[in-house]
This record gives sequence, C-alpha cells and structure tokens, in this order.
Amino acid sequence: MKSVILKTATRLMIGLMLVFAVYVFLRGHHEPGGGFSAALLAGTAFSLLAITNGADHVRKAIRIRPSVMALAGLALAAGAGLPALFFGKPFLTGIWWQTETFAAGTPLLFDSGIFLAVLGAILSILLALEEN
Amino acid sequence: MEHLLALTVGILFSGALFLMLSGELVRFVFGFVLMGNAVNLLIFAAGRLSFVGPPLIGKTGTVPATPVANALPQALILTAIVISFAMTLFLLILLYRTYAQTRTLNTRQADFLSESPGDDSDSDTPEKDHS
Amino acid sequence: MRITPPDTGAVPDCCRKGLYSCLLPAGLFALLCLAWPRVVNGDVFTVQWAWVPSLDLNLALRLDGLSLLFGLIITMTGFFVTIYASSYMAGHPQNGRFFVFLHAFMIAMLGIVFADNLLLMFICWEATTMLSFLLIGFDHEKSDARENARQALLVTGAGGLFLLMGILLLKSAGFSMTLSVLSESADVIQNHALYPAIFICFMVGAMTKSGQVPFHFWLPNAMSAPTPISAFLHAATMVKAGIYLLMRLHPVMGGTPLWMSTLVLVGGATALWGAIQALGPCDLKRILAHTTLMALGILTLFLGGQTVLSLTAATTFLMVHALYKAALFLAVGSIDHQTGTRDLNDLGGLATRMPLTALAVAGATLSMAGFPLFFGFIGKEIMYAGALAEDMFPLFAAGITLSANALMTAVAAIILLTPFAGTLPAHLKNTCETPWTMRIGPAFMGLIGVVFGIMPEWVSENLIQPAVFAFHPDREEIRLFLFHGINLPLVLSIITLTSGAVIYRQKIRLRRGIRFLTDHLWVTMPGLYQSGLTRFLTTAATVTRILQNGSLTTYMSVIVFTLVVLTGSVWLPHVADIASIPAVTGPYIAMGLFVFVLGAAAVVVTARHRLAAIGGLGGVGGGVALIFLVFGAPDIALTQLLVETLTLIFVSLILLRLPPMEPIVKPGATFQARTLRNAILSISAGLLVFTLVSGVVSTPLDRSLTAFFETHSYVSAHGRNIVNVILVDFRSLDTLGEICVIVLAAWAGVHLIRRPFGQRKAP
Repeated sequence: MKSVILKTATRLMIGLMLVFAVYVFLRGHHEPGGGFSAALLAGTAFSLLAITNGADHVRKAIRIRPSVMALAGLALAAGAGLPALFFGKPFLTGIWWQTETFAAGTPLLFDSGIFLAVLGAILSILLALEEN
Repeated sequence: MEHLLALTVGILFSGALFLMLSGELVRFVFGFVLMGNAVNLLIFAAGRLSFVGPPLIGKTGTVPATPVANALPQALILTAIVISFAMTLFLLILLYRTYAQTRTLNTRQADFLSESPGDDSDSDTPEKDHS
Repeated sequence: MRITPPDTGAVPDCCRKGLYSCLLPAGLFALLCLAWPRVVNGDVFTVQWAWVPSLDLNLALRLDGLSLLFGLIITMTGFFVTIYASSYMAGHPQNGRFFVFLHAFMIAMLGIVFADNLLLMFICWEATTMLSFLLIGFDHEKSDARENARQALLVTGAGGLFLLMGILLLKSAGFSMTLSVLSESADVIQNHALYPAIFICFMVGAMTKSGQVPFHFWLPNAMSAPTPISAFLHAATMVKAGIYLLMRLHPVMGGTPLWMSTLVLVGGATALWGAIQALGPCDLKRILAHTTLMALGILTLFLGGQTVLSLTAATTFLMVHALYKAALFLAVGSIDHQTGTRDLNDLGGLATRMPLTALAVAGATLSMAGFPLFFGFIGKEIMYAGALAEDMFPLFAAGITLSANALMTAVAAIILLTPFAGTLPAHLKNTCETPWTMRIGPAFMGLIGVVFGIMPEWVSENLIQPAVFAFHPDREEIRLFLFHGINLPLVLSIITLTSGAVIYRQKIRLRRGIRFLTDHLWVTMPGLYQSGLTRFLTTAATVTRILQNGSLTTYMSVIVFTLVVLTGSVWLPHVADIASIPAVTGPYIAMGLFVFVLGAAAVVVTARHRLAAIGGLGGVGGGVALIFLVFGAPDIALTQLLVETLTLIFVSLILLRLPPMEPIVKPGATFQARTLRNAILSISAGLLVFTLVSGVVSTPLDRSLTAFFETHSYVSAHGRNIVNVILVDFRSLDTLGEICVIVLAAWAGVHLIRRPFGQRKAP
C-alpha cells in the first residue's frame, strides 16, 4: 500500500502500540488485559507495518521466525507447568515465589507463552499471505 | 434482560445459518463469523447478565468487596473469541486456496464438485514411475 | 523367491544387521533360562504397575510354568528364524522393516503369554493381529499378498472384537480382570447367567486366531508371507495365541459340558479337515499350512478334556508341533530359496545336494509321524492315553486322533520322500546347500526332537509338568517315558504307522479325490467370506456416495435439519415450562445495543457487496464488545475489539484476491425454492436456539464455581483480575490446549498458502 499518510502514521504508531501491548500484558493479572489481548494488539501493530512497509520489514523487526516464536510460546506455556511436578502437584499448578511486597510465579511464564504463541500464529499467517 | 439477549442470539443464529446454507463460500465465512459472535453471546447469557462491576478484586481486599459479574463465562468466552478468530483465519485461507485452485467460490458449480485439472485428481491411481 | 544367487558358505555382508538382531531373542531366551529352575520349583514371578486403575487395566506380568514354556518356544523359534531370515531376506530392499516387524511381533506375542491382566492381554493380542497383517502382506507389491493380509486382519480382528466383548462381559458381571485371581472364582463364573455368552465370545476369539473350523481359511492363505514369517507365525506364535488363551481360561471356564462339547467337536472337525486337506495340494508350504490346522484342531480337542492326562497330552503335542513345524517350514524355505520352486512335481533327489537340510527334515518328519525314539512318538502315546481318558466322547476323540495321526504320517512321508528321495531332475543339477545361517535352525530343532525323544523324563519334569500345573489345579504327576509297556496306546501307535504307510501308497489317487471334493463343495467359508466382503464394500460405497456427495449446502442442511428435528422433538414439550418472561427492567442502553447488533447483522445477511458485509460484521463485533462492556466484562470487550480489528485486516487482505460475491437471489428470478427452504431451516433453528437459551436462563444459576474462583483468586493465585487468573492458573490446561489449536491452525494455514499449485505434496 502506497499511502504516505498511512505509512508515516504507522511509523509513529507502531512503537506506541507495542509499548501499549507490553503494558496490557503486564497489567493483565490485576486489571483487564493479559497475554491474549497483548498478542492481538502487537499482531495488529505488525499487520499495519506489513501492509505499509512490506513483510521484510516485519521479519527484520521481529528477528526470529514467527513459527519458531509460536512453538517457543507453546513450549514456554507447557514448561510453566513443569515446576509443579517437582513439588508433587498436578501439572500446571501455579508455583509462586513470594516476598512481602512482590509475588512472581509460573502463571507469568504461562501468560508469556500465550503471548508468544498467539503472536507467532498471527505473524506466520500474516507474513505468508503478504509474501505470497 | 436475559430473554431479550436470548432473542438476539436466536436471530443472529438464523442469519448466520442462512448465510452458511447459501452455498457460496464467502457468505459461508461471514455466517461463520456471525455464528461465533452468537455463540459468545449465548455463553454470556448462560452466565446471567448483571449490571454490576467487572470481576476484579479491589486494591485492598482479598475478595471482591461488592457483587461482581460472573467471571467463569467470561474466561470461557475469552478463549472462544481467540479460537474462533484462528478458525476464521483458517477458513479464509481455505477460501483463498479453493479459489486459486477451482476459480469459483460457488459450491453448486459443476467444476467445483469435480476436481479440477490442477488438483490431485489422479492421486488414487498408483504411481508407476516413482519408486 | 530367489534373491541371492545360490552360493555356498559365507553370509553376505548386507545381512549382518539382521543377523545381529538375533541378540534380542537370544537375550530374552537367556533371561527366561535364568528364571527356569525357580519356575520348575513352583515359584511364580509377578510384576505390576498401575496403568489405568479406574479401568482395571494394569501392566501386570506373570511368569509361571505355562508362560515359561510358551516364552521359551517363542524366543527360541524367534532366534532361529532371525538367523535364518538374515540370509533368506538378504538383498531384499526392505530388509530392515522386516526385522523390525518380526521382533515387534515377537514382543507382542510375549506380551500375550506374560500378561496377567485380561485387558493387557487383549492389547497385545490386537498388536499381534496388526503386526501379522504387516508380515503376511510384507510383499505388498503382490496383490494376493495384500488380499491375504487383509483376510487375516479381518478374520482375526473380528475375533479380537469378540474377545474384547467377552472380557467386557466378564467385567460387567463383576469379575476381576486379573487372570490369576479369576481362577479362584471359577465356580461363580460357571454358574453365572452370562457364562454361555462370555464363553462363546472368548471361544470365537480363540477360534479365529487359531484357525479353527469355520474360521480356518485365513491360515493357509497366510502362506503368502515370506517363509521365515510363516515358520514363526505357525510354529510358535500367532496361531498358538488362541490355544494359549484356551489353556489360561481352562481353570476359569473349563469343565462344563458346554466347554467340553464345543472344544472337542470344533477341535475334532478342524483336525480332520486340516489333515484331509493336507493331502490335496502340491505346494509344500500349503501342505504344511494344512498340517498346522490339524495340529491346532488336536490341541483344541485335548483342551476340551478335564483330566490331567488330556491336558498333558495337549501341552506335549504343543511342544512336539512347535519343534517339527518350525524346522519343516524353514527347510521348505531353504528348498524354495535354492531351487526356486516348492512344487512337489518339480522336486526330487535333493538329499545328495542338500544333505544337512535333508537330515533336518528327516528328523522333523519322523517326529511328526511319531516314530519311536523321536519326540513325536512320546507325544502320540500320551495323546492316545489322553483321548481315551476324556470325559466326553472319548471314542470320538480317539478316532479323530487316530485318523488325523495316520494322515499326518502319510503327509510326513510325502514331505520327506518326494523332494529328497528319488532321482534328481535335470533342472536341479546345480542346486547346492544353503549358507550356515539357513541350516542351523532346522538342524538344531530337528536335533532337539531326537534329544527330547530319548530323554522324555527330563522334558516332562522340567517343561511339561510345570506348564500343566499352571493351569490345572490337581497336581497329579504324569511322567513321560520312552516306553510305557505294551498297552492300548502302543497298539494304536502301530495302527497309525501302518495305516499311514497305506495312505502314502495311495497318495496320488487320494490327492485327486480330495481336490475333486474341495472343488465341488456347495458352500465354502472362503466363498462366504468373499461374497460377504464384496457386499459390505459395495454397501459402504453406496452409503458414502449418498452421504458424501460433495455439496456443502447438503451437509449443512442435514446438520441443521437434524439439530432442529432431534433437539426440537425433545425440547418442544418443555417450552411451556419456561417461567413467564419477566418484564424487561434492564438498562435501555443494552436494549439499544441489541437492536444495533441485529441491524448490523441484517446488513451482513442482505449485503450485495462484500464491503457492506464486512462493514456489517464490524458493526456486529463492535456491538457485541459493547454489550460485554456494559455487563461488566471489560476483558472480553477488549479482546473482542482487538479481534475485530485483526479479522478486518485479514478479511480485507484475503478478499482482495477473491471474486465479488454472487447475489443470493439471482437477478430476474422471482422465486427460488432453495432460498425459501434455507430461510425456513435457519429461522426454525434460530427459534430453537432462542427457546433453549430462554429455558437455560429461566433455571436457577449454580454459582459455586464462580464463588470458588472469587475467593481463591487473590488468596491462592495472587491475581486481582479473576478472569485472567482463571485463564492462566485455575484452568490453564484448557488454555494450553487452546493455544495448541491456534498454533496448529496457523501452521496448517501457512502451509496451505505456501504449497505450490498443481503439484503433489512432497512425499
């Protein structure tokens, strides 16, 4: 697509959208948001980039192959279920490390897995379509 | 309120099925998307509508302070939305592929029913020249 | 099959790998030998792991005398067959596949005999069925090999289903799935109302596997397998599985009139029919196949008995048969391999050319005929003693045994004398002996036949008695001796040998008579099988043509129609029960949104152009998102909006490459029955959905799950967004499945886009 306005606007917006995606991802545990929404948001950003600047641009921006990203996401999500096994709990039970002010746990890893898997899936179709 | 939503769901279903029955593949996809929305609303209705706050726990308490909307159907719908999105994408690609191969998107057209020359029409005759 | 040029001595290099794989059966054999002395002392080895406890399915293995005997036979035959096949199959392009199948088959067979759990046994049973399909059809480029493999699969597979049915009936009657426990409740089982049904199911399973009349026909046809496979399947494994099952069930179900009469009659018929038919063909392999039928019939016949003597006879004959049959099959394979034929009319005088093979065949056939000093003689003596001691039809059993044995003696003479004695035909002048790998098996097993024949006391003490004790409660000692004194069995033995000689003299005339008989039967089982199969396949093709006519509209119509009629007929009577619809009190903004969504949907349905439809879809999606937002679901509202955006992008990306839509109603056409029908169908489906959802929301809501999530979301999972906590913590397994679906859909989509047109997928 050759629209200059869209091209320029996309360049300005894409950074914003990606930052917003990260924000949506991180707030997801306490406020509306999460891995799914963040991945869809990032996917939209990259779709705009692909439509205006071409698929190569997106490939350079994400560096790894989208199919690898999707599989890595699956692996991460499945892997997040493994620590529970060491504690003798069922697969995918959340395991938490807690301090007084802060708590982090395997669900965060799981959510990252969702993010990568969904984004990888969207990107692989997008790039395949754009390059075809 | 739920009954009104039920009526909406029913009408959406009718429209979606009508499109899917039309025998034209683009309409089929549109019907499919419409049905996805209808099903999401159906799950939502099954969890009851309440004009209250979202299922979030306030900054201080450990449980919601006031009654909140039913969280369970929401989680189901969130999954359903993303899955139906993936399925829609896949259907669209199938559509694209079908058209590229058969040059038509109308399932009633004769050359759509029989396989076109570019297709694997000879796939069930054994190959002699390959080892 | 003549693959390698017949040269003597050295093993070709290309078959070393196959040769090394004989270490597997050898190792298993050695392991069993370690356990052997303790099993003879009466010890039983068991291991058990829970697999699916809720289904009573455990990986329970048990080694007792009977399992040991079978295990030794299986691994020993497997060992020699592997060595043999390393030369026989040398140069075959699919050499590796062959050995994988062979050893997998062996392990499945060992699974059957070591399983202590009926379901586990069934799994192994089915594994042997499938592997035998692969093995019989190994030369899959020949159409008769494929045909015969399919026949074996269908017949034994159907029998396997009966076996499963029997197991499930037994389970539904409340009995244990553990074989060793089962025999303790034999009385209860035999007096249970379901006993006849259970027995028949098990019996059909065993009969199909062990080639009993009327399911015998697949077994001679299975000869299209490579000869080492035939040797393995017939001598030690596949067909003996049914016999093993009957032995295992004997203490559980045996002893009833039903058991005794069925086994004796079926076994007798099989033995006689197999023995008669063995005289018919000229193909050495087919002759052997029919003698296998005879042997299986005899085994079944004796398992019908209840006395220790009768069961000892069965067990002894099992060993006799395994030894001579494996040796003979391998030797016939050698003849075939070296001369290129197995036809009796083309063979003769090979004793000078293949001396060691001739010796091995001599040992095996003399044992088969039951000459004194050979193991077969011992087997025959005890068979006559056992037959005379049967509880039911002792004279019938003795008569059958006598005639079958006489015929066997004649067949043994044919197998030994026709190919090896007489003058050497001109075309066989250049025949030479096989490599050592193909001689060692027949020679060793022929030799064992002699050794066991000379020292029967040792055999009975260390092999047969432990096996019989494992499936007969009375520990009555039956010893085998070289010479039992002059008694009725000895007289019968002598009658057998002389009448066998008479039959041998008349073999040509008999062969003609038997051929005439088999050609002029009105009803044959293979014929019934063939016509049944053909009818089944044509019916299936017709049904498929009707159901899978390739029209999407038809499929959809059938689905929607079924939904409406089936669900509607159940649901309609209850529609009146829905509580009267309460007056609408909700926020008017929600009602406005409903109307908006419906309006947008109307645009989609009636759109003549794609852009209008896409716009309408966007409206529906946005409206739905707003509905979610209004009723306290910001999470899904956000996701829905984002999905709408992305869907829009992808729809436009793809629809740009597609032609414009056709109008639903063709211009000029005033009325279209199809459109009307579609409208009626979809409206009735919509009505159904409406009443269903109304019905659902009129029932009280169970909020206990939601309450659990609300109380535990922060306390246990440290999250304040309950929806997200459900997704990534409480129900994360579902979510994992979901992202798998998404990644799979994307993967399939990418390959659909990228796959080049008009080309076959890369193999």
